[in-house]
Amino acid sequence: MTPAPETGPAAAAHDDVLAVRNLDVTVGGRKLVEDVGFTIRAGERVGLIGESGSGKSLTALSVLGLLPEGLRASGSVRLAGVGHDLVGADEARMSRVRGKEIAMVFQEPMTALNPTMRVGRQIAEVLLIHRTRPDRASARAAAVELLAQVGLPDPEAAARAYPHQFSGGQRQRVVLAIALANDPALLVCDEPTTALDVTVQARVLDLIVRGVQDRRSALLFITHDLAVVATACERVMVMYGGRLVESGPVHEVFTHPRHRYTQGLIGASDLTVVDGRGRLATIRGSVPPAGRFPAGCVFRNRCDHATDVCATRPKWIPTGPDSGYACFHPVPGSGAHGTGAPTNQEAGRG
Amino acid sequence: MAEQPTSTPLAPEPRTGPADAISVRDVTRVYQRPRTSLRRPSPPVHALRGVSFGIPQGQRFGIVGESGCGKSTLLRIMAGLDRPTSGGVAIDGRDITGLRERRLKFVRERLQLVFQDPMSSLDPRMRVGDIVAEPLVAQGHGNRRERVAELLEAVGLRADAADRYPHQFSGGQRQRISIARALAPRPKIIVADEPVSALDVSVRAQVLNLIADLVDELSLTLVFVSHDLSVVRHVCDRVAVMHAGQIVETGSTEQVYEDPRHSYTRRLIAAVPTLGKALSGVSAADLNRE
Amino acid sequence: MSAPDVEAGAASAVSADRHRRRPVTGSLLVGGLIVAVVIGMALLSFVWTPHDPTLVDPSVRLQEPSPDYWFGTDKFGRDVFSQILMGSRTTLFVGFVAVGVAALIGVPLGIVAGMAPRWFGELLMRGNDLLLAFPALLLAIMFAAVYGAGTLVAMVAIGIASIPHFARLIRGGTLQVMRTEYVIAARAAGRGPFAIAVRHVLPNVSSLVIVQASVGFAISVLAEAALSFLGFGTPPPTPSWGRMLQESQELLSIAPRLAVFPGVAIAVAVLGFNLLGDGLRDRFDPKLEDRR
Repeated sequence: MTPAPETGPAAAAHDDVLAVRNLDVTVGGRKLVEDVGFTIRAGERVGLIGESGSGKSLTALSVLGLLPEGLRASGSVRLAGVGHDLVGADEARMSRVRGKEIAMVFQEPMTALNPTMRVGRQIAEVLLIHRTRPDRASARAAAVELLAQVGLPDPEAAARAYPHQFSGGQRQRVVLAIALANDPALLVCDEPTTALDVTVQARVLDLIVRGVQDRRSALLFITHDLAVVATACERVMVMYGGRLVESGPVHEVFTHPRHRYTQGLIGASDLTVVDGRGRLATIRGSVPPAGRFPAGCVFRNRCDHATDVCATRPKWIPTGPDSGYACFHPVPGSGAHGTGAPTNQEAGRG
Repeated sequence: MAEQPTSTPLAPEPRTGPADAISVRDVTRVYQRPRTSLRRPSPPVHALRGVSFGIPQGQRFGIVGESGCGKSTLLRIMAGLDRPTSGGVAIDGRDITGLRERRLKFVRERLQLVFQDPMSSLDPRMRVGDIVAEPLVAQGHGNRRERVAELLEAVGLRADAADRYPHQFSGGQRQRISIARALAPRPKIIVADEPVSALDVSVRAQVLNLIADLVDELSLTLVFVSHDLSVVRHVCDRVAVMHAGQIVETGSTEQVYEDPRHSYTRRLIAAVPTLGKALSGVSAADLNRE
Repeated sequence: MSAPDVEAGAASAVSADRHRRRPVTGSLLVGGLIVAVVIGMALLSFVWTPHDPTLVDPSVRLQEPSPDYWFGTDKFGRDVFSQILMGSRTTLFVGFVAVGVAALIGVPLGIVAGMAPRWFGELLMRGNDLLLAFPALLLAIMFAAVYGAGTLVAMVAIGIASIPHFARLIRGGTLQVMRTEYVIAARAAGRGPFAIAVRHVLPNVSSLVIVQASVGFAISVLAEAALSFLGFGTPPPTPSWGRMLQESQELLSIAPRLAVFPGVAIAVAVLGFNLLGDGLRDRFDPKLEDRR
């Protein structure tokens, strides 16, 4: 049973940029990501949300072939225009793909940059490695142009500066400039704005969205922040306990969630809805550590609707070409629209 | 980030009276960074540039600002952990400015802190029971074992958590431990520095509810520092918005949120992405408009 | 918030992943094994050696290795294997004294320098740097000139010369610990500096101390060998690997094995302590910076 949202003809559509099938990530005997499948079309902006231990970052790292040592991916990750599967591809082949077909932006911009090299050269290097530009001079000019595109004032001076001379937000823009340098088919962002201040986050989000729109690049945006995904993406996939539990267009998933976890997450993150005592809706218990989620439905030990049947693994129930959920007791579908907020679990302390 | 606010800061209401739990009078703090040049000293850092406000007993007071705005410095000065360069702070009407550690005993009893990072705020080498009991030991209270069990239960943990180490708990649970420690000496004021920023969304609401419950039940004065205006709006009655070492706006949270006066506050509110805004069509580009 | 509700998942929510004991690395295993063998040899020498290591017996001078004399005998007819066994005692003694002196003074110095006001910490560290600039062997030779050559004198000198290494490392660790929120919480709770030093700083820099101690051990073993070789270390007749090496040099062409056995013993012991130090560092060190 494969919770692949698109198993129909759509899956074979030629404008698919990324197709992930039956992706597992294991360490020792533990499965940290289990049977994840999805596709992203050209120019599509897709958010992947989840909390700690959900496996969202591992999914992204598997796509990039950058899993930490000791973790093993299996399944299939295909990228349009690349003749081989990215799962199990050796470093030499991956390095030809990374930075060209597929580019990435991580949470911590400082570690993504070489502190001893001027940023202009770092950008130019990406262009030269993949032979996108014929020579140093034109690569350098392109680097300055890219720095201008990510809104750095005085891009000429910025190109001559070292990473430590920038603020956190500016560094993230430099990283974005490097990522976009070769007009990648897919840009993967893993919590790119989490370490940034609110006003800086807004700026960087805007740059990311514009950057991929201008290039018709697809975007896979990984974050724990629902509001950020809703702002930046068209489609959202929800992960919990290493599995995809729900997916669909942003508006649909966030207004009419079907999976009980999605419902709870939306309720818990809405700070404007409170009960009679002024308390927020919550999901009970805490997120188990990665790989220690219950068998069957991974959410059942925190779910108020769980029954015995939830001890078996729920099937993926497609609700559209790109949407579906895996839950035995879903929120009733359209027609019986609820508020999306779960029942308030607070019973007062003691 | 502009060095100076674009317009003159609104005068913070001078409502500082002797009954206030905390009153801050025209506090400045200048740091001298170590020299990087032989020829001239590094320019001084003005972390706080004349901050004044009063927090009446029982109020939930929010301080909002982005990194580097001076809120952490302010918080340390309020807790008597750092000294202002000029100005003064009074806790329950008693001036704590320039007091030696020995004379700050009443502050240690009245005011406790909760931190952002639930990992680094708990000593990894200490058992939870010892962590929670630390203020009791430091202040010479008796009956520690019982009190620790009571505190752990009050924050929704089992009493046997006392025998375990911090790393054996999830982020939300660690933040509960941190709260239990803060409550141990029966303080009347809790200063919470970004207490939910590092938590998972599904756990954040639990911890916010716990804080609200405890503040109600123990009639605490709460100072809640955050970069997230929407969290402060949920938790606090009043809010002060900080920017570049100054308070640029204060008021009731509703009023500041609904009708921000200062341009920085408006920019800050506009930049916060929310589900509601996003679903009604606010794009990433729109977050930058103001 | 009802208590059982929250704790429901706690048993399973134990997230020890980041702090789960790292697997024992190769260097830790090999280093630990070598060190254990050296300690075992030293212990064994208290109860048994094949021959009296100090017994001079001209009738068995320069014997080749045989079932009776496993490593042969030296020019005085002393059993080399017995001397090696006995010499391990000197080696360990040397390590303990030198590292003990260095740690006992260096660790508190580092903690004080890390917790004191910045100007005072800097002052201590500049003094520390002065000592650091002074060659350890030279200091030991000076001590030997003043107090007479002897294992203890040499090792106290090596220990004093190693203080700066401890002090500098521990100060760095202390500065890191002092920046953590749990120290600020302890201050806000009313804890004094001494309690913070003992209850928070010391336990959290202890792994650094262990790592530095094992490296310091290797350095002092080497230093003792060098000093004994130069004639400023362990005086005869106490067996010492360094002095065995020195005594062997005139016979290097006749009986090279006399240099090989103590030489290998020194090399292996130093390697062992270094590996142990590396292994311990891998296991402990990242915790200090990588808490999240």
